[in-house]
Amino acid sequence: MAEFRYRILFGERGDLRFIGHLDLQRAWERTFRRAAIGLVYSAGFKPRPRLNIGLALPLGCTSQADLLDAWLVEEVEPAELVRRLQAAAPPGLMIEQARPIGGQQPKLQRLIQAAEFEVPLRPEEAPGLEGRVAQVLAMPQLIRQRRGKGYDLRTLIEALELRPDPKLWMRLVARSGAVGRADEVLRALNLNPDLHIPHRTRLILSEGSG
Amino acid sequence: MSERTQAPSVTSEQIQQWLDRNLTTVQKPGRYTGGELNQIVKDWEAIPFRVALAFPDLYELGMSNLGLAILYDILNADPELLAERVYLPWSDMEAAMRGGQIPLFSLESKRPVSEFDLLGVSLPYENLYTNTLNLLDLAGIPQFTSERNQHDPVVIAGGHSTFNPEPMADFVDAFLIGEGEDAILEIVDCVRQWKVSGAPRSSLHRQLAKLWGVYVPSLYAVSYRPDGSVERVESVAPEAQLPVIKRIVPKLPPPVTKMLVPLIDTTFNRFSIEIMRGCTRGCRFCQAGMITRPVRERPVEEVVEAIARGLEQTGFEEIGLLSLSSSDYDRVLELVQQVGERFAGQNLNIGLPSLRIETFSVELMDLLKDSSRRSGFTLAPEAATERMREIINKPVTTEQLLETTRAIYQRGWHTVKLYFMIGHPLETLDDVQAIADLCKQVLAIGREEVGRRARVTAGVSTFVPKPHTPFQWVPCDSLDQIRAKQRLLKRELRGPGLKLNWTEPLETMLESWLSRGDRRMGQVIFHAWSRGARFDGWGEHFNYQAWMEAFDYVGLDPAFYTHRERPIDETLPWDHIDAAVQKRFLTEDYLWSLKGQTRVDCRERCFACGILPKFAELRRQHPGEVWECPEVRSPSRRRQIEEIPLEPA
Repeated sequence: MAEFRYRILFGERGDLRFIGHLDLQRAWERTFRRAAIGLVYSAGFKPRPRLNIGLALPLGCTSQADLLDAWLVEEVEPAELVRRLQAAAPPGLMIEQARPIGGQQPKLQRLIQAAEFEVPLRPEEAPGLEGRVAQVLAMPQLIRQRRGKGYDLRTLIEALELRPDPKLWMRLVARSGAVGRADEVLRALNLNPDLHIPHRTRLILSEGSG
Repeated sequence: MSERTQAPSVTSEQIQQWLDRNLTTVQKPGRYTGGELNQIVKDWEAIPFRVALAFPDLYELGMSNLGLAILYDILNADPELLAERVYLPWSDMEAAMRGGQIPLFSLESKRPVSEFDLLGVSLPYENLYTNTLNLLDLAGIPQFTSERNQHDPVVIAGGHSTFNPEPMADFVDAFLIGEGEDAILEIVDCVRQWKVSGAPRSSLHRQLAKLWGVYVPSLYAVSYRPDGSVERVESVAPEAQLPVIKRIVPKLPPPVTKMLVPLIDTTFNRFSIEIMRGCTRGCRFCQAGMITRPVRERPVEEVVEAIARGLEQTGFEEIGLLSLSSSDYDRVLELVQQVGERFAGQNLNIGLPSLRIETFSVELMDLLKDSSRRSGFTLAPEAATERMREIINKPVTTEQLLETTRAIYQRGWHTVKLYFMIGHPLETLDDVQAIADLCKQVLAIGREEVGRRARVTAGVSTFVPKPHTPFQWVPCDSLDQIRAKQRLLKRELRGPGLKLNWTEPLETMLESWLSRGDRRMGQVIFHAWSRGARFDGWGEHFNYQAWMEAFDYVGLDPAFYTHRERPIDETLPWDHIDAAVQKRFLTEDYLWSLKGQTRVDCRERCFACGILPKFAELRRQHPGEVWECPEVRSPSRRRQIEEIPLEPA
């Protein structure tokens, strides 16, 4: 059977930030079902739809620039695809763009290199933060614990800036096995992550793709 | 009634802000956000009457409850009403909420539950009772009805376990006994008028008591004999009817199709539709089979159209065709053929539970399943010896069962799940041994057909004699007996290919005293809750010690409720609730069970259980295939005679 692969740019807003990766996967599957757009299913004992979300969004974060590859059983005009998916999407799932891509392209996980985040701050948090940002960037390494294991957060921070409004902007490494976490960066800056909502603004793909 | 000072109210903005800051610190925050597809959020200020629909357990269970989904749909269809959902937080969230002084709130608009006019609580089973007290406490609503004032929501409860409402009588303003589709709007009207009138709560209670199916416990007085049994239940207000006849809908209304689609995984994550309500089989242990009569079916066309519409609106990948006994649905083959054809090739998983033990059931499932999706096939023989099957009125032969399981393995299923029930007092260890032997026989057949992939899972529950069943007089098995029977099964049912699931005996005791209790049980529930009992249905949370202390404190003996055989002439705590199956029929059926005498399906022959005389007029208005009971064409002579008062009052 013919397969048509599409890459979809989407955002997650509102309550959707409190669901996990597998739940998002199922939300997508149901969105395609409601939109009556046929997905290709795997063979085997438990057939699964061919949907591939590029990079899991950490619980609690919102996003405007996530990527999904979907394999369809029919060709759909991209604008039409966006329109039908959006009409069927659950609250908070924003479908921004769709385009056909070659079936032979590598998996998204192999293409994604880094992710950019913005973290809105309250005005009273800004004073002195510039200095702490500089300190963090000047550190040769920054050992943090996660699930009982130590790792160097510093090597995962590609860029970190205090920007007007005020907000923090950062670009973190996002390769399989090495994904920087925005909440850990906030902790390193002595900011309470529970009081902030990191917003993923962009995924950076390796050269010559995406 | 003392005038309580109103607790300082928390705004929905404050609750939302608190959630934004705290949800990432609790397990599965998706339980507490709402915001699912098909959720209905109305303008709070613009709606004059607001209903909170609560399931007193986790979101995952509450979202799987079809009854509440139906009421949500009915209430929100009315532009003058809004209905929002409420579930219980898990212990981590409860601690966080109590710490932050956040009251229990609705998922839709994040309003405190105490700001609603009516709180509807679903009580399908008994181990939700302490949760209900916890729910009221988290909401800041006084737990005892007698302590609630004009500002507190009116607490209405319904669901199967409320066919014995007495254990929860102190905490609920009014129970709806039976089916809610029509009654809910009548109850809402009644509460609305009372709200406008400014009359005391007792006046609302009297108005509610007039409605068909509504039981207002405060309008009934219970007296006890010196031996602790109930002497009499009296109505203490002219409006309070005796008995309270259960509510039914004469014809099943159109099914809900625009169901909420949860974002997180829930117990039943599927599009559910009732194909039939009620059951004609007459298994004597089955409360649902007795209290949901008469049998009413939905036409095949309606079911198929509803599924199509439901899938369009929800996108679920699984469909549940619900009933107590699918095989008995009149046009089951036609239904299965149509569903199978119409929804083929969509990678759907279609569930058709409660099938009869016959090879025809395997053919039915075969029509529904894609060849690639065959997990397990479930059958419920309940007992393994002819003797026990006759006692419980589930006649099926061992040959028939073995033949059916062979067909199951032949058609490509690898796992057969068999449900059994132990713990009837007439059951011996030989009967239990037969369960183990039967499972091994089935596994041997499986090995012949599919080799080493064959599996048998035995789900063995423990019998609890339920109100309104022919076994309502029967005692529970002793703890020692239950443990001995389970030990035997655990010893026998081990090894490759065999799996055994059983119920913890102490949890069976809890279910037993709660389902068979009288009104004094309310104090036990309250004191168990205040000693920390909640989430009793979640093994790790069940606190047996708290219950024993509560019984001790209140001065009641659990064994009085669980292990005592009740004399046939004893006034049972639920006798004033009329499930429309007459006590005379239940008594006869109980005596038949002692003789091992069985009844055929009542579609074949009417045994006069009591449904028809009770609802003769409804049946006349809804002739034909709407009910499975025989037709009532004209007012019967007997009925006319009954209606003539023999003596002047």
